[in-house]
Amino acid sequence: MSDDSSADLHKNDGQQFGRLPETDADRTVEGRVSRAAVVDYFEDRFAIPPETFDDYTFWEKGAGKIWLYSGEADSPLEIEAIGMTCLRTRQEHWKPTTDFVQRFGAHASECVIDLDREAARRFAAGEDQELEWDGDWGYLIAAHTVAGEREPLGIGLYVHGELRSMVPKGRQREL
Amino acid sequence: MEPFERYRPIIDDFEAFLAACERPLGNAVRVNTIKASAERATAALEEDDVAYEQAEWNPRVLRLETDSPGSTWTSFHGFTHGQEEVSAVPPVVLDPQPGERVWDCCAAPGGKATQLAALMDDRGTVVANDNNLGRISALRFNAERLGATSLAVTNDDARNYSMKRFPFDEFDRALVDAPCSCEGTIRKNPDALDNWSEGHIDTIAGIQKGILRRAIQTTREGGTVVYSTCTFAPEENEAVVQHAIDEEDCRVVDFDLELAHAPGLTEWRDETFDSTLEQAARIYPHHNDTGGFFVAKLEVTA
Repeated sequence: MSDDSSADLHKNDGQQFGRLPETDADRTVEGRVSRAAVVDYFEDRFAIPPETFDDYTFWEKGAGKIWLYSGEADSPLEIEAIGMTCLRTRQEHWKPTTDFVQRFGAHASECVIDLDREAARRFAAGEDQELEWDGDWGYLIAAHTVAGEREPLGIGLYVHGELRSMVPKGRQREL
Repeated sequence: MEPFERYRPIIDDFEAFLAACERPLGNAVRVNTIKASAERATAALEEDDVAYEQAEWNPRVLRLETDSPGSTWTSFHGFTHGQEEVSAVPPVVLDPQPGERVWDCCAAPGGKATQLAALMDDRGTVVANDNNLGRISALRFNAERLGATSLAVTNDDARNYSMKRFPFDEFDRALVDAPCSCEGTIRKNPDALDNWSEGHIDTIAGIQKGILRRAIQTTREGGTVVYSTCTFAPEENEAVVQHAIDEEDCRVVDFDLELAHAPGLTEWRDETFDSTLEQAARIYPHHNDTGGFFVAKLEVTA
């Protein structure tokens, strides 16, 4: 995906926030993904229009943990948090967070699996379930209908005919 | 309830006040407009047969008729956040605007900070600070659950807060929802008065003065600072604001609040306060069947 050996790149400092470079060519930190790559991923996988993120910046803190932020800040930055974690990179399959999916998943039109109320209940409780799905395997946005509109529930992993709920323990609810 | 006897001379209908303090508090939630409008949130509650009542002063505050407000679809989706009705008052009084720089000095666990972000349409910068690292995790959890992307979270003592880390030198507005003796939370925490003492109040008042002064110093001329507590003690309320107007460039200003309240005090025991303190609001439990709160609005004048 990248050729880090061609330049003198800094090691990633997991204690501070560093703003993502615009493109891979602007990279100054080893292994850090670019804003373009992140926006492309959300478009390629979920068909979220790139302009959705025009007013946001993307940052890395920790190895591969990507944060999305709409406020003002200088890079690098050593504080507790900015905005929200949205994506896990530096692994083979990038993984969006449930909180990101709940906030921005309504912009998605691909790789969204619609659940009925009972399946939504099991998903929110963190359960895995066998479900039919004709599309790509991998990370999907699980959604259901709330008050007449599609509402994203969180991120799920679809493999071998099974939807695994990736809702973090602290966000799971018995509904 | 014995410590409350000192307030008999300043509270109208003191027996009703005491009776209200004895009653447990119902469940209130705030609609998080970052994720859903009040119409959508209430439609979702109706779909799940959760009964609610909208507060007259603020249609985004709902009183829920359920014992488990955290186990609703609206909560799972972050459409609603459990927040006491009076605790939704200070951000409304601060009235932050989209694009502004706003400081929440004592922000954990984040109910008011996320409310500030929502009032700004999640555009601008809300610096949510707390000196307690343990409570920062709750703040971060709530911010992410509610989808607030405009928050920057810091862990410092607000009294000597450094602006160096930001690309700006001052805030447009600041909320000082100060640590306090929490007398007004008695309906939620029956043990709120267990460690009550006047000495404790004096200690906290010293901290409150330091935080409020720093908030005024870091806010631009013409900017707004709101000071609030969930306590009745004048030492932690009017006396703290009086100290701020004596020591810093600011004045107390009036605000509209469509929730029944009493004016701020101009005297307490042998102390007198500036007459402008009448523009502060004392919200008592028997006024609106809520917890107790104090709110004052200040304009920074230099």
